Amino acid sequence: MTTTVSQAKPRPDRKSGRKPKGRKPKELSYNPKRPVWKERPSPLYQTIKTLVLVLFSASIIVPILLVVSTSLADKDQLAKAGGFVLWPERPTLEAYETIFNGPMVLNSLGVSAFVTIVGTVLALFVTITMAYATSRPVLFGRPVVLAVLFTLLFAPGLIPSFLMIKQLGLLDSLWSLILPGIFGAFNFVVMRSFFMNIPQELIESARIDGASDWTILWRIVLPLSKAVVAVVGLFYAVGFWNSFFNALLYINDHSKWPIQLLLRNFVVQGSGAADGLGISSVPPSQSIQMAVVVVALVPILMVYPFLQKHFTKGVLTGAVKG
Amino acid sequence: MNQTTEAAPALPAAGNVPAHAEGRPSPGKGKPAKASAPRTPAGKQGFRSRLRRDKQMLLMMVPGIVFLLLFFYIPILGNVIAFQDYQPYLGIGDSLWVGWQNFVDLFDNPDFLQAFWNTLYLAAWQLVFLFPVPLVLALIVDSLISVRIRRVFQSIAYLPHFLSWVLVIALFQQMLGGAGFINNSLRQFGLDPIPFMTNPETFPVLVVAQMIWKDAGWAMIIFLAALASIDASLYEAAAADGAGRWRRLWHITLPGLRSVIVLLLILRIGDILSVGFEQFILQRDAVGAGAAEVLDTFTYYTGVVGGGWSSGAAAGLAKGVVSALLIFAANKLAHRFGEDGIFAKKVG
Repeated sequence: MTTTVSQAKPRPDRKSGRKPKGRKPKELSYNPKRPVWKERPSPLYQTIKTLVLVLFSASIIVPILLVVSTSLADKDQLAKAGGFVLWPERPTLEAYETIFNGPMVLNSLGVSAFVTIVGTVLALFVTITMAYATSRPVLFGRPVVLAVLFTLLFAPGLIPSFLMIKQLGLLDSLWSLILPGIFGAFNFVVMRSFFMNIPQELIESARIDGASDWTILWRIVLPLSKAVVAVVGLFYAVGFWNSFFNALLYINDHSKWPIQLLLRNFVVQGSGAADGLGISSVPPSQSIQMAVVVVALVPILMVYPFLQKHFTKGVLTGAVKG
Repeated sequence: MNQTTEAAPALPAAGNVPAHAEGRPSPGKGKPAKASAPRTPAGKQGFRSRLRRDKQMLLMMVPGIVFLLLFFYIPILGNVIAFQDYQPYLGIGDSLWVGWQNFVDLFDNPDFLQAFWNTLYLAAWQLVFLFPVPLVLALIVDSLISVRIRRVFQSIAYLPHFLSWVLVIALFQQMLGGAGFINNSLRQFGLDPIPFMTNPETFPVLVVAQMIWKDAGWAMIIFLAALASIDASLYEAAAADGAGRWRRLWHITLPGLRSVIVLLLILRIGDILSVGFEQFILQRDAVGAGAAEVLDTFTYYTGVVGGGWSSGAAAGLAKGVVSALLIFAANKLAHRFGEDGIFAKKVG
């Protein structure tokens, strides 16, 4: 790892004097050539840089690799290695079969999937309509935007929110995991600033042709906004999948636990496999624990490439745009 | 800010369209004219005609407004229980008013004072040790010549941001916990295990390490964008005048990042009392309340777990008000230094 990075890095190309910084501030455009005015880094500086980057990356990759490998390792190798393996020699799915035979993991995966899917759809609906309606000079537009932005400044507090959910009769209902998350001010800002950049002429001309605001939103604005809808949708989905505290607050019934709460009780707090998952543990408990971690991890790893493709754009429209 | 950005696109339209818009159906199409009224800045049309014109837009705001009322503004009003002796069976209407008594009691409560102190202590750690890391990482990444290495590193570094805190703590536990990878290896070499995850004294280090692991890469993005927007000819001119690497960093890069740094600092300060709720609630049992109790966990354990609704709400309200005041103060300070701060920026 270290050698490949340090070998690949010093590749000065003095033939071209192009600057590496983009001319447009909005896009991160990279140019692989070192500009002529830039001196070659000293070996010491280069080593420190490489070390920082390699250590930081390793600290992220190694734990994940360790967990995945250990969940796949068979018991002989585990026993020999004393608990953890970096690479499974004879990969086996025994641990996964065991956790999926018990009722708890499958059930909580189902809960998490339901909350994530329904939550994301509702959240996109609320956010898109709200963002579009306030992205044009509309009656009451400004006070509504200010009312949203105020939520960034001040939080109503844990206890009143809890009492509200209780008052609505949502305790121990999956809706208590969905409804509080269906609108986020940050996502609203991202979406709205995107909508505001859609040329007014386009919308006015559709209006002159007699299109209603709904038609304009669905037929003109949304087709132009696929990227931002994808980003915001993925942000919401990741948020719903990852949310743990709402479940801790509002859900007592074990059959309605999302995967994160299961993970907390079983892995972080270390309740036994029998009460934690409703199974009797046959493979080593280490690989069972790891398998639960992996089950919560995999969906995120699966959407990560899509997220990564778009998120910089989304984050930057919300944050840096003046 | 908001006013100008919103009004600007509307003005040319107001100039171009009126021929069609003043009540006449547009030629060729038999559609009703009211749909084609342009959105002009306020004051040009009467309230009723604007109401009729924006009917559908207002309808679209309804779900969002209902959400805000139900899960934000009504709960804010619910904070009145901080001034009551709230009893769930009596409800807000019939519970006894006690004025500031709950707050007075809080400041006599050693647990609350401990939580308050812990919050400030951990926040200071975060501000000093967490804040510079993304900046340094961004400077390093920005100086990379190879696009490939840059991309690979960014892909790896952004990933943990999307993992839940439960997962992050679980991973840390598998690595550093009592039965974790490192302690396991130490034992195999005959060394004593090190209690990384349970030692209250080193808890701030652990917390900051976890935060760096999870979010430092992600926080880089904004710095990278700001770095990319610095005019490269400045560097070129400075280099031609003989400015070395560090002089360019000091005189070009850092001033170029100033407004972003100020913005992030303000956001950080507004968030300072939140320190990182899930992270603490997940580790409070392992480390003990003495080191890991912060204002938010205090609110949770006093209110929801212990049933002390009113004192929990009082602690939460105190925290919320102080946070909002901190943001205002930091923003004022930023204005004084000639920066936009957040209020101008966030409206977008």
